[in-house]
Amino acid sequence: MLVLPALFDEANKLRRLTAEVMQRLDGAGIDSVLPDLPGCNESRQPLQAQSLDHWRQCAKAAAEHFAATHVLTLRGGVLTAPPEMLGWNYAPVAGRQVLRAMLRARTIAAREAGREETIEALQQTGRSEGVELAGWTLGPDLFAQLENTAPQPDSAQIEIDQGAIGGSGLWLRAESDESPEQADALALSITAGLTSA
Amino acid sequence: MTELAPSRSDIDTKLRAILRDVLGLDAERVERFDDSTGLFGHLPELDSMAVAGLLTEMEDRLDIIIEDDDVDGEMLETYGGLLAFAEAKVVEN
Repeated sequence: MLVLPALFDEANKLRRLTAEVMQRLDGAGIDSVLPDLPGCNESRQPLQAQSLDHWRQCAKAAAEHFAATHVLTLRGGVLTAPPEMLGWNYAPVAGRQVLRAMLRARTIAAREAGREETIEALQQTGRSEGVELAGWTLGPDLFAQLENTAPQPDSAQIEIDQGAIGGSGLWLRAESDESPEQADALALSITAGLTSA
Repeated sequence: MTELAPSRSDIDTKLRAILRDVLGLDAERVERFDDSTGLFGHLPELDSMAVAGLLTEMEDRLDIIIEDDDVDGEMLETYGGLLAFAEAKVVEN
C-alpha cells in the first residue's frame, strides 16, 4: 500500500492518524510505505520548484519501486495520486480548498500585524511568481495547479468520507491530536475492502 | 418571530460543534461558552491557521461565504461576536 499524505499543515495534523493507520494495516498483514513528496519533510528538493504533476509522477515511481498494488490518500494527498491505481481516498479535498485556508491564514496574520493583504492580491502573486503561505513557499506552478485540481471522480479509488469514520476530522484541530478509534475505523474500511475485492 | 427562534439556536448549535471540532474540547465545555467567552487572542491554540480552518468550516456547515473584509478582530474576539456574525451572514444569504 502506497500512502500519500495530506498536504502542508494538514499533513502535520494527520501525522499521528497516518502512522496509526499504517500500524494497523501492518497488523493485518498489509505492508505500507509513506514517501516524503519532493520538497516536503526530509526531502532535499526545494518546495518552490514542485508541481502537482511532478508529485503525481513521483508517486507513480514510488508505487512501482515498492511494488504497491494499492494507494491510500489522506485529504489533499488525493491530488498527487496516480488516478489509475486502485485504492482509497480518505476525506478528499480540492486544491482550491487547501489553498483557501492557507490564504486566509496569511491575511489574518497580516491583519494582526497591522498589514492589509487581500486574498485576491495574494492569488495573483501566487500565480505569477509564487507565494509563501503559512510557512510553505509555493511556486507558481504548484499554486496554479492547486487552484485548478480537484479529486477526479473517474479515478480507480474509492472515497471514504469522515461520516463513515465517525467523529470529527483531525485536520480541523487547532492542536494536533490523535484518535485510535478513527484509526481503527479507517484501517478497517481498507482491510474490509481488500478482502471483499 | 417564533420561526426565527429555532434557526438562531440552530446556528448556535452548529457554531458550538465547529468550535468543539477545531479546539478539540468536549461538548460540555463548549456548552458553557457565553457571549463574552474569549476566542482569538485568548486561546493560544487558536492561531491564524486555526482561525482560517474555523472560517472555512463555518462556510461549509452554515452555507455562507465569508469575504476578506468580513474578518476583523471584533468578530473573532468573543463567542458572542462570532455568533452575531454567523447569524447576520445566514440572514444575508
